[in-house]
Amino acid sequence: MYEILKKKVWQEQKPRITEFLVRAPDIARSHQAGQFVILVADEQAERIPLTIADKDVEKGTISILFQEVGKSTMCLGMLNEGEHIMHIAGPLGKPTHIEKLGTVVCVGGGIGIAPVHPIAAAMKAAGNKVISILGARSRDLLIYEERMKTASHEIRVTTDDGSYGRHGFVTDELKAMIEEEKIPIDLVVVIGPPIMMKFVCKVTEPHKIKTYASLNTIMVDGTGMCGACRVTVGGKTKFVCVDGPEFDGHAVDFEEMMMRQRQYLPEEKLAVERCEKQTCHKS
Amino acid sequence: MMSEEKQIKDAPKPKPKRPKIPRQPMPEQDAHARAKNFDSVTLGYTMEQAVTEATRCIQCKKPLCVPGCPVAIDIPGFIQLVKDKEFLKAAQLVKQTNLLPAVCGRVCPQEEQCEAVCVLGKKQDPVAIGRLERYVADYEAEHGEIPLPELPSKTGKKIAVVGAGPGGLTVAGDLIQQGHDVTIFEALHKAGGVLVYGIPEFRLPKAIVEREVEYLQRLGVELKLNHVIGKIRTIDQLMQEDGYDAVFIGSGAGLPWFMDIPGENLNGVFSANEYLTRNNLMKAFDFPAYDTPIKKFKNVAVIGGGNVAMDSVRSALRLGADNAYIIYRRGREEMPARTEEIDHAEHEGVKFKNLTAPVRVLGNDEGWVTGLECLQMELGEPDASGRRRPIPIKGSEFVLEMDAVVIAIGTSANPLIAQTTPDLALNRKGYIEVENETTGRTSKKGVFAGGDIVTGSATVILAMGAGRNAANAIQDYLQTGEWWSSNGSAEN
Repeated sequence: MYEILKKKVWQEQKPRITEFLVRAPDIARSHQAGQFVILVADEQAERIPLTIADKDVEKGTISILFQEVGKSTMCLGMLNEGEHIMHIAGPLGKPTHIEKLGTVVCVGGGIGIAPVHPIAAAMKAAGNKVISILGARSRDLLIYEERMKTASHEIRVTTDDGSYGRHGFVTDELKAMIEEEKIPIDLVVVIGPPIMMKFVCKVTEPHKIKTYASLNTIMVDGTGMCGACRVTVGGKTKFVCVDGPEFDGHAVDFEEMMMRQRQYLPEEKLAVERCEKQTCHKS
Repeated sequence: MMSEEKQIKDAPKPKPKRPKIPRQPMPEQDAHARAKNFDSVTLGYTMEQAVTEATRCIQCKKPLCVPGCPVAIDIPGFIQLVKDKEFLKAAQLVKQTNLLPAVCGRVCPQEEQCEAVCVLGKKQDPVAIGRLERYVADYEAEHGEIPLPELPSKTGKKIAVVGAGPGGLTVAGDLIQQGHDVTIFEALHKAGGVLVYGIPEFRLPKAIVEREVEYLQRLGVELKLNHVIGKIRTIDQLMQEDGYDAVFIGSGAGLPWFMDIPGENLNGVFSANEYLTRNNLMKAFDFPAYDTPIKKFKNVAVIGGGNVAMDSVRSALRLGADNAYIIYRRGREEMPARTEEIDHAEHEGVKFKNLTAPVRVLGNDEGWVTGLECLQMELGEPDASGRRRPIPIKGSEFVLEMDAVVIAIGTSANPLIAQTTPDLALNRKGYIEVENETTGRTSKKGVFAGGDIVTGSATVILAMGAGRNAANAIQDYLQTGEWWSSNGSAEN
């Protein structure tokens, strides 16, 4: 059992964005940037992958952040401080390869900003100049701005509605950096919705800028046993849970990935409706 | 069938000493009914049947069945106790050498092991050893626990067992009874390994596995769930920082094999591991009461001819498929699955497309499976496996309408431990190399391995046998400190 020490709701409006600080000393101790956990909230719950957004090795805690978009995350969001998550397995996946490259741009979209945070921090610690681009639909949906400021040398914000920072998408900002400001970029790391990652990769590809995309596919066990998370990278089938979650973004077949992400939409809808009617096992 | 005919022929022979008792049939749920539910297919012997079956055993002086058993259960001994109606004592005797009798009685391929060498089998049907083993284990579960064996005083040695599957559970059970401290590290959120994620409820009720794991915990085994060794701790950390004197790696099957044919990543294509894990470990058949979903497909093709393929195809029927197919490139004779499983599948209505090899999965615009293109095969000369090699018949392509394809052609080695244990030697296929199967000693001092991570996909009882051997070798190592080197000399 993993105790929730602190709960922070970043955004009350649905779908809520919630962050937990969880006691998990062994996971905190072994976690490296880019890795994730699989979490099972209760006896009937499914196994869901969530990226570790922050950790404190001394206090033995990890931070996980999620948007309440499906039944499992909605039920998770109902838990309060002092309550427990039944199972957390991790850290899983390969850590981000951290080295001094020069200038690294970390792109986070929506709640993808949270998992990009430890990568930015590690890249900065390795001696890179880190510029982070944070994208949100609007200002009140922006998370982790302060922490990203600390983890980066510079942050740039974009909002879809123009309520804060550049009016536009992260791709607009990235394109401007490359084509107008002519900033030499050695690596781009992107985490966010698949469609955003796809377009970020499209921006960097013609400039031959190496781009890592961290994929959040459907998983069941998350330990290399089931293959639910498989994606095509460079024409070969890869398992996100053990070969990833980061891959060369220019080689990822995002169309296939997005197609596979849609597999359980009807079931998700049914589960959410049931949960809202309070007939699910959590209520 | 054969033997029944034989018996009829045998019957009129002059002066049989006593009428031969036929092998007692296993009571089963009606095939039509059970194909729609996840309840146990086989119901177990009644007491009368068990005693009758036990009287068939002729109590050989030099029994062949005992060496036929990978964990060398005293088979004539426990069968005699069944005959005497001393069922609890029989269970106790079995448990001396096998901690998981309720599991083995159900899923062991007895027809290839103990029962294959039973003397009775020469003239008639062998004694139903597996069914009797199951009977005594179930009897014990129903009629009070056997008192815990007395454990020796603590040795102060600590053993780490990686994986709570059949191999790891056996090692843990053996070594806790030697007075060592044993901790099992399990990656998933439930203990049991393939017994909980792979083998379906209708073949092995999960309550049985839970009971066996609880028994180990009562003996003092510590169980750490959600611990993926290689990630949360490495083997070196376990030994150098956490003070474990020896490690057993029984991490089991790894990455599922796909076939590398077009369309394999379409929606509706699953590995058998995924399909079975959703259903068994995550209870997706009970969605939405349980959160993990699984689709109720109409036409499901399962590719492969092993036990995992049979488990998958029978699960597909139970999930409501109108048509569930086995697609197998060789003939029925060559199928690696147990005959009993193939028969059960057939009785339940599974359709067998033998001598059929898939070449392409077809899909629609939304990325969902619509069909499976196959080739007809014929059998040629025997290949390296001793089975006749399937050869494609040119121009024999045909399409089967499908909305799901489950691939059950085996698994490769899981890389997580190897990735973080550089001095652990692997073979060409990525499995852990061991000195030999009787010790399970790896290239790394103090580290032992057994089960699927050494042999590739095999059976529950073989993993248990490997666990038994490794436990003996670990006990040896803890006492002598001796290791081995591949050039044959002992090391200290």
